[in-house]
Amino acid sequence: MDAVEFVLQNFTEMNKLWIRMQHQVCWNTSVLTCMAPENLHATKVKMNREGMIFWPCRCSSACDTFILFGDPELRTSFGLSGLQGPVRVEEKLEKERSELRDLVGKNLHVLSQIEGIDLEMYKDNVLPRILEQVVDCKDELAQYYLMECIIQVFPDEYHLQTLETLLGACPLLQPTVDIKTVLSQLMERLSNYAASSAEVLPEFLQVEAFSKLSNAIGKVIEAQVDMPIVGVITLYVSLLTFTLHVHPDRLDYVDQVLGACVKKLSGKAKLEDSKATKQVVALLSAPLEKFNEIVTALTLSNYPRVMDHLDSETNKVMAMVIIQSIMKNNTCVSTADQVEVLFELIKGLIKDLDGTHGDELDDEDFKEEQNSVARLIHMLYHDEPEEMLQIICLVRKHIMTGGPKRLPFTVPSLVFSSLKLVRRLQGQDGDVVGEETIETLSSVPSPELALRLYLQCAEAANDCDLEPVAYEFFTQAFVLYEEEVTDSKAQVTAIHLIIGTLQRMNVFGVENRDTLTHKATGYSAKLLKKPDQCRAVYACSHLFWVDDQDGIKDGERVLLCLKRSLRIANAAQQMANVTRGSSGPVILFVEILNKYLYFFEKGNPQITSAAIQDLVELIRTEMQSDTTTPDPASDPFFASTLRYIQFQKQKSGAMGEKYDPIKV
Amino acid sequence: MVLVLALGDLHIPHRAPDLPPKFKSMLVPGKIQHIICTGNLCIKEVHDYLRTVCPDLHITQGEYDEETRYPETKTLTIGQFKLGICHGHQVIPWGDLDSLAMLQRKLDVDILVTGHTHQFKAYKHEAGVVINPGSATGAHSSITYDVNPSFVLMDIDGLRVVVYVYELIDGEVKVDKIDFKKTTATAPSAH
Repeated sequence: MDAVEFVLQNFTEMNKLWIRMQHQVCWNTSVLTCMAPENLHATKVKMNREGMIFWPCRCSSACDTFILFGDPELRTSFGLSGLQGPVRVEEKLEKERSELRDLVGKNLHVLSQIEGIDLEMYKDNVLPRILEQVVDCKDELAQYYLMECIIQVFPDEYHLQTLETLLGACPLLQPTVDIKTVLSQLMERLSNYAASSAEVLPEFLQVEAFSKLSNAIGKVIEAQVDMPIVGVITLYVSLLTFTLHVHPDRLDYVDQVLGACVKKLSGKAKLEDSKATKQVVALLSAPLEKFNEIVTALTLSNYPRVMDHLDSETNKVMAMVIIQSIMKNNTCVSTADQVEVLFELIKGLIKDLDGTHGDELDDEDFKEEQNSVARLIHMLYHDEPEEMLQIICLVRKHIMTGGPKRLPFTVPSLVFSSLKLVRRLQGQDGDVVGEETIETLSSVPSPELALRLYLQCAEAANDCDLEPVAYEFFTQAFVLYEEEVTDSKAQVTAIHLIIGTLQRMNVFGVENRDTLTHKATGYSAKLLKKPDQCRAVYACSHLFWVDDQDGIKDGERVLLCLKRSLRIANAAQQMANVTRGSSGPVILFVEILNKYLYFFEKGNPQITSAAIQDLVELIRTEMQSDTTTPDPASDPFFASTLRYIQFQKQKSGAMGEKYDPIKV
Repeated sequence: MVLVLALGDLHIPHRAPDLPPKFKSMLVPGKIQHIICTGNLCIKEVHDYLRTVCPDLHITQGEYDEETRYPETKTLTIGQFKLGICHGHQVIPWGDLDSLAMLQRKLDVDILVTGHTHQFKAYKHEAGVVINPGSATGAHSSITYDVNPSFVLMDIDGLRVVVYVYELIDGEVKVDKIDFKKTTATAPSAH
């Protein structure tokens, strides 16, 4: 009797023993207790002249008797020992059962170690014999355990080559066996096998592993009608993981697996079982992790269909996973078609889907979601301006459905993406983009933000030489300033942005420019606090002096602004003298002095050295005056300004001459 | 040797999705002692990220920083140097070095770090040095065309500061450096 045959018989008999033992209620422990795995060692087994095999009895009383191995009657007596109660017996029984189970499994392990067994023998003799026993024993527990053992104990190459046989046994098992876990384990092993080396991959193709597994799974699902949905999805997750490892280039296989899921999910209400939902998320995340190019996943036609079956919360979670995958891999989504699919997938973030209420969402989470969408917009890019314009229009169409809560997050990204494109187009289609942008911006319920965006657009229109469009943007900005910006601090910032932008405009004709500068200076003088008024007005002086070649250089109006700001500073000074404690606005005078110096150097003929001298004296007087509250900031500022004048005086040439009359 | 990172105008998420990966891999926590940020982050996530790079973070308010009330200007002393920070949209004309010099005199600092134009500048004048670290993400600017992502690292050592500027040009990080020395009494001079 050769070793293989011996072990196979051993296995068969022990299996029967184990199964029978599972159904035994009580034992006489002195006869047959444990069958420890060590007993498998050949030297412990005795054989009589007839070739019958005997195991040493290993009961607790260390007796010398031997039990006939393979005896179907077990030659035991069923008398209860008076010394042991039923509970202790039960415990002991459990221990015996589990040890016997291990022993059965160990048989299979031994088989896998026997040198003489090659693939041929395994295929033709060993596996069929094992499977025969597995099927015939008709015991649910044993079948599950044994299938697991087979999968774990024998090499993966063997499994590949005997896939049909192995899978063929599955439908023959008891219907209560958890076959899906068995199949998942098998697929996992095969996935790891595929991942271990590229050389084994052709084998998978040769044995048509995918279609065999796919069919087997289909059959199992069909047969087990009561299988809960989480089980079905788990199976498909395993199959998908397998597919991604073994056939990463076969997108049709991936789509097929997703399609099978869709079929199983359709007709049912949206998933509510959280375990099943988790599995669906795993299913959808697997292709993203595998394909560095997210756009590959976007081509799977069944992908969005699977997503549709998720509840709205999980749908959003999945959308975030998709966005994060794009961000992490620094992927550029570059065609309008891909953008369309992408936005379809993340629609849960873009707008309120039917039946959901936007207010339910946590504030922080909502911000994170919307900021992710905003960041995503910058990952959409195409070199060709035409294609890029299409992408932008598509994005605009989608985010405009987002409602007032979402627009403040998403519109700025869209606007800046558009401005980048406008720069590339340099004038063509400028007014079209302009009009649409005004429409978009007017719907943003955040006036300060909209104001800033209008000014950005004005600059872009300026660069494209579109005077009416630029003027319209300024008009809109002023309307917002007048009607919506009410906080005094916000007004200060807003007016400076308007002045700063206007200062850079070169597209305006005299009339338009005058209207806008008049408005800007007017609002500057009307700011709430005097120091703010003063600063905004002297900032306006730059509106009348632009250093460019063709820039405006209206020395008189510059001086008018500076004088006006001086008056305001004086008024502020009066007020400070009256009210106690306010930090003296002497610093304002120093600032204005610096502005005088600025225009003096630029060659404004209206700014004379005498005027500067007067201002210096004025500041000196103010600083030394008793009524002034000492301001730690003004002194060093004045000192360094004087140092600057000194420095300029010491320069040779025209600058030195210019500064000569000024005495410090 | 004190390392000070100066950066700003990231404009995340309005104009840029994130810092360039090559910059992120360079900004390792624990190497930098101070961070100076000119503003326009614009969201909390960016603030939190910068804090992980270095907990001593000084930021001023940019015009797009929402929901935060960083100061308009800030001054601090590092070693022998007085530094001032201001985003720069408050100084008109934008990017005008003479007007920025005025702000420097007002704040009474040796080094003024300012932004808004998204263009790197290191400018020495009679009262000190003006440094603009540019935009760390290369964000779109109405003022500067073709913005390359950039940031500045200052190595302050006694009376000397070496300004390293890192720029991402065509996918490669290029470094340049400028030396500034301070005479004890007043202003630094350039080398």
